[in-house]
Amino acid sequence: MDIGTFRGVMTLLIMIAFLGVVAWAFSRRRRDDFDEASRLPFADDDEEPPRARDKQEDNDA
Amino acid sequence: MSQALEHPTYNYKVVRQFAIMTVVWGILGMSLGVLIAAQLIWPELNLGLPWTSFGRLRPMHTNTVVFAFSGSALMATSYYVVQRTCQARLVSDRLAAFTFWGWQAVIVSGLVTLNLGWNTSKEYAEFEWPIDLLLAAVWIAYAAVFLGTIRRRRTSHIYVANWFYAGFILTIGVLHIVNSAEIPVSLSKSYSAYAGAVDAMAQWWYGHNAVGFLLTAGFLGMMYYFVPKQAGRPIYSYRLSIVHFWALITTYMWAGAHHLHYTALPDWAQSLGMVMSIILLAPSWGGMINGMMTLSGAWHKLRTDPILRFLVVALSFYGMSTFEGPMMAVKTVNALSHYTDWTIGHVHSGALGWVAMITIGSLYHLFPRLYGQQEMYSVKLIAVHFWMATIGTVLYITAMWVNGVLQGLMWRAVNDDGTLMYTFIDTLEASHAGYVVRWIGGGFFLGGMLLMAYNVAMTVRGAARDAQPAARTA
Repeated sequence: MDIGTFRGVMTLLIMIAFLGVVAWAFSRRRRDDFDEASRLPFADDDEEPPRARDKQEDNDA
Repeated sequence: MSQALEHPTYNYKVVRQFAIMTVVWGILGMSLGVLIAAQLIWPELNLGLPWTSFGRLRPMHTNTVVFAFSGSALMATSYYVVQRTCQARLVSDRLAAFTFWGWQAVIVSGLVTLNLGWNTSKEYAEFEWPIDLLLAAVWIAYAAVFLGTIRRRRTSHIYVANWFYAGFILTIGVLHIVNSAEIPVSLSKSYSAYAGAVDAMAQWWYGHNAVGFLLTAGFLGMMYYFVPKQAGRPIYSYRLSIVHFWALITTYMWAGAHHLHYTALPDWAQSLGMVMSIILLAPSWGGMINGMMTLSGAWHKLRTDPILRFLVVALSFYGMSTFEGPMMAVKTVNALSHYTDWTIGHVHSGALGWVAMITIGSLYHLFPRLYGQQEMYSVKLIAVHFWMATIGTVLYITAMWVNGVLQGLMWRAVNDDGTLMYTFIDTLEASHAGYVVRWIGGGFFLGGMLLMAYNVAMTVRGAARDAQPAARTA
């Protein structure tokens, strides 16, 4: 494989990896997990933890 | 006092130690900065002595603000955030204490030896090899404490702030060890293991990633915890923060070559550095927008909360300097900006505007909680500090923009016969007014830090008073 082809393949692989991360992060299945994770800074407080933002927006809509 | 302040679960002692030292080193580092800024206006201030000359004080300034001030701030907040978001105590109190005392030893010995003229000549890696070895040991201990604490977490998730902190800790360890590979010839002198253009590339791979990981990823970790906490709302988009993390750490690694445009570095490496720097705009702004949007629906809090103001203005400066950086990495822009004061202005837009402001905001959130108080001794003084810091930063960076463009244009101006239109001393004289404005701006910023020191001291004293039963009944 010459260096030009190799670079082309690497670019393609990195693009696939990036799209993979985006698809994983924004997949419907991960939604509740990430909502829970976003509340972690408030989880060990005495104060009432705020609701996750995505759900708030859904309720507003 | 110490017993009354002990948290039942968490190790706050090491957090308190690092937090206090952040303020102390901040004042020292910024004082050195103001002093060398004055030396550029009045060269006589070098006093004609080697120990007070610009060449020795300048690396002392950069190392104090980067490693002592920012490093202590990152260690204080990372130890706090990892415990609170993992709901677990630090994995080892003794190892954590070693990281504190070890880090202070690195800084003190580094400053003393730099003042004596020991210097590897690698920017931001000036410490000589014995100190490099101690630094590596402390850093590995820091990684062990941080990652060990994540491992014993009682929550199922690893909060995004911890991803950024962990990325910063691992990368800085690798960068330091690779770039500091050197051959000692005596206790105080070593030579780099690399030669020529390879040495330059290793150095700026290190140098730029010190900016990218220590001064960016680490402080983004701080942002992802303290902005939501202070705003009282979860981060705008947790999903965006995941994409932000992976995109940022993948791209930053390759941008260092932009420090070596038009040098002996191969042309393709320069172009790669330029392209990767431009791509970097996307993750940087993604993170900045994520932080900013966390305040949507809570903007009114800015009117009453100076701590939140610090955090939001820090994000604004982060957005500004991560736009300016990719622009300056474009080779044609770099041809004008490189070696001028524009670079210094860009660094300080990030260092004062982003790093210091996000640190100051986070510390004002942290101190009352570490010392069992409702809030800082004086919220009004925080508001005054905010304006001093903002005015100082704006004066600093505008002075350096003007100076930088002026110098760049004067250096490249040629007469009809091809000779240079200006001598170097002409550009230096033209820069004089900008140097005075920069010095005043630095003075404002330092003045704000002194206010902070007073405010922190009074808050700690309040905690000491509360802890005495006699005072409570009186």
